[in-house]
Amino acid sequence: MSADPQPAQPTALDRERTELGATWAETPGWMGWLSAVDHKTIGRRFILTAIAFFALGGLLAVLMRLQLARPEQRLVDADLYNQLFTMHGSTMMFLFAVPVMEGLGIAMVPLMVGARAIAFPRLVAFGYWMFLFGGLFLWISFALNIGPDNGWFSYVPLAGPAYGAGKRADVWAQMITFTELSGLVVATSIIVTIFKYRAPGMSLDRMPIFAWSELVTAGMILIAMPAVMVASTALILDRLIATHFFNQAEGGDPLLWQHLFWFFGHPEVYIIFLPAQGMMSTLIQTFTGRPIYGYIALVLSLVSTGFIAFGLWVHHMFATGLPQVGESFFTAASMMIAIPSGLQIFCWIASIWRGRIQWKTPMLYALAYFFVFLVGGLTGVMLAAVSLDLQVHDTFFVVAHFHYVLIGGSIFPLFGALHYWFPKLTGRMLSERLGVIAFTLLFIGFNLTFFPMHQLGLLGMPRRVYTYPAGLGWEGLNLLATAGGALMALAVITYAINVVWALRRGTHAAANPWNAGTLEWATASPPPAYNFHPVLVVRGRDSVWTDPDPITVIGLSCARREVLITRVVDANLDHRFESPTPSIWPFITAIATSILFIGSIFTPWAVVWGSIPVAIGLIGWFWPGSKSAPQEPTGAVIRERLA
Amino acid sequence: MNMQSMLAPAGLQAAAIERLWWIFLIVTSLVFVAVIVALVAAIVRRNRDGGPSDRAAFRGVAAAVIATAVTLIGLITVDAFTARKLASLETDDRMVVNITGRQWWWDIEYQHPLPSMRVRTANELRLPVGRVVQINLQSADVIHSFWVPALHGKRDVIPGHANEIWLKADTPGRYRGQCAEFCGLQHAHMALTVIVEPQDKFAEWIAAQRQLGPSDASEQAARGRQIVERGPCSTCHTVRGTDAGGRVGPDLTHVSARQTIAAGTLPTSRENLRKWIDNPQHVKPGVRMPALGLSRDDIDAVVAYLGGTQ
Repeated sequence: MSADPQPAQPTALDRERTELGATWAETPGWMGWLSAVDHKTIGRRFILTAIAFFALGGLLAVLMRLQLARPEQRLVDADLYNQLFTMHGSTMMFLFAVPVMEGLGIAMVPLMVGARAIAFPRLVAFGYWMFLFGGLFLWISFALNIGPDNGWFSYVPLAGPAYGAGKRADVWAQMITFTELSGLVVATSIIVTIFKYRAPGMSLDRMPIFAWSELVTAGMILIAMPAVMVASTALILDRLIATHFFNQAEGGDPLLWQHLFWFFGHPEVYIIFLPAQGMMSTLIQTFTGRPIYGYIALVLSLVSTGFIAFGLWVHHMFATGLPQVGESFFTAASMMIAIPSGLQIFCWIASIWRGRIQWKTPMLYALAYFFVFLVGGLTGVMLAAVSLDLQVHDTFFVVAHFHYVLIGGSIFPLFGALHYWFPKLTGRMLSERLGVIAFTLLFIGFNLTFFPMHQLGLLGMPRRVYTYPAGLGWEGLNLLATAGGALMALAVITYAINVVWALRRGTHAAANPWNAGTLEWATASPPPAYNFHPVLVVRGRDSVWTDPDPITVIGLSCARREVLITRVVDANLDHRFESPTPSIWPFITAIATSILFIGSIFTPWAVVWGSIPVAIGLIGWFWPGSKSAPQEPTGAVIRERLA
Repeated sequence: MNMQSMLAPAGLQAAAIERLWWIFLIVTSLVFVAVIVALVAAIVRRNRDGGPSDRAAFRGVAAAVIATAVTLIGLITVDAFTARKLASLETDDRMVVNITGRQWWWDIEYQHPLPSMRVRTANELRLPVGRVVQINLQSADVIHSFWVPALHGKRDVIPGHANEIWLKADTPGRYRGQCAEFCGLQHAHMALTVIVEPQDKFAEWIAAQRQLGPSDASEQAARGRQIVERGPCSTCHTVRGTDAGGRVGPDLTHVSARQTIAAGTLPTSRENLRKWIDNPQHVKPGVRMPALGLSRDDIDAVVAYLGGTQ
């Protein structure tokens, strides 16, 4: 059952591995640090940076809860409070949830599909720098008191030129451009990795479900994010050069913004949610010790959720006064998305029924999902009903709902998955004891914080208010929510202590510490720079379980960064391809692009002059090197054929 | 306590939505319990009988999916009937009120075929019990949302879009509404008082509202009127029957008869009016009304004039 492929000829294989290690190594020094293209390095950076933003966003939430602990409190003034909830929402959505899911995809997907590298590694590096610079841009602006204050949805005309004074709305809109650009390039890389970089024999129906979830998510990013980039660009144009996209007095329409924003905004929720469903399937499979039940059904659920997610954006706009027939359509569509979600839950319950649970921390998070996400999903059914939505829309009921969905449906599986993949990412094991403590605190704190908010919403408390009067029955519930917030903060601190402790003192991880079935566990923890040698051939699902002595590929060069390109559906050998080497140019191009983006909120000329450094960066990036052309797989042969 | 609760309905539509809420709550609670029971059973049973056959698992999952679909179709149907009920009020025999959302208050105008019979007020909507009311919603600036939970759900107030909402209040009483779409700095202080009263009391009230401005009988009130007309007040405010005719801020003709000032921020009293005029920015930071720098005496005179007999 050992997942570590035992070398048949130790000495020859060891020599090859040493040579491969040198070939795939990053450049040393700080230049090398900026030039890194290893997907595991970039993935770790994505995850770490996103979690840093998560901590910052969480701090803002604590401040908001303190302000709302008592009625008519003047701890935080209206201006700061409006910045707080705008920054909290924008940070959590754009700088935490999406990037952390992408980061895990970048780090894990190539390993799970048995590839030596991610497709377009330089593009992924560029995507990281754009994400980092966009996030820093937003937070430095906030520190300079020009943080956005119109909500993470930035509705016009409040954010338009007439009412959004200063540069605050521009900072928000341009942060969107940064993060969405990053999202688009990463999505492209993940799609190509999944379609073309899979190990030979890993046909689409043998692919791990987490890879499926990342594939569907990446596809959704490609379709959803351009909508919001168009919207935010139109907003900047309205503000900077007086176009009238959203100005009703000149034939524009404020509702156009809402349609564009929610055409992105609703799929966005599923962009955060679907990778977590992949994690759920992964965790449940590993910790029940049996292949997941209903593989095809689970994959189809992911795909159909991805499609239906684009047909429900109008349920964010039920109060705007749309024709009733249209509202009914979107009610039905919004409710129907519960079917694939339900199907997944039922398959997981069947899996648990068929397997035997190992009570490890990641599995606790997976089990908590059933309680927490279920509540959020069911209140989601309520919000989909147009009549009911008219009352609870924009109240604390909605705040409760989407925290149950996003924390229950995404953060719980994510925290479980981070605990699960931590040994693969770092080579160390997290402490189970601290893990259980953090989990327990989070579960109790979360419910204490957000459950009372349902009741607050029913009692009429609207969202986005910096204070509220006494005497409406809201005081006690708000105080309770604030107390729960403290517990949640404690949980996150415990988790962080666990990580720091594990990195210093944690036990070294074996290749497959959880006895899991997917390919990332078939290589060392942490994996070598080249991921796999020899490259494995896949003959079934969960091949670490089903195929303990896999056949392998020979003939890939050890002196060059060769990866194997396979066909989209059946993953038969196609050709060898040389993966790009480390390069400083993605970093330089990202800096040039950032200067263009930031400059263009002040003057349209920044687009003209700023494009010159970007062009220089791209020329450097794509300067023809010694890289060889794609090669036929004559050299790469599946060993079995030779034998 | 329950002035702003959707669970304490006082109108036809709010009652219909409340009923829908209980239906949804019961159905979804049953679903929650069923799923959790299945999960716990799955964890426990495995250890006893070694898990299900593929066939049993398939049957279980398929049955659950079908049950989900049926439940959802049921809920969609109940919702559709409720939506029809919400839209059932429209009739020619109705009272028309125009409400304009402004940062951060509600400008209210009772319509009448005769312009002189129209009544303009702010932040306090009086409705006769049992009467169908058509409210035309407009925005003077950004998007707001009109929401009185005791009567109905929300209707957004969007610049350039003529929205309307139809209401019928069935129970006399005092209710609270609040802007429900984030509209800027003082979104939190954009409340609306709704007073539902018997037809005759409402008729009395609206007749009183049609009277011209407050009395300036006393010497102090007369001086107050002078300050209002010639000072900064008239730039923004109207007091009907006087030279003050500004349209930017709330109509002050009967401000003392309203229960709150500054869109629900403070209860109306002479003391609070004084506090407000002295420094509105302290009471409601960011409000469009500036501190006017009036002397103590001038403020007292203005309050004596506008503050009525309270």
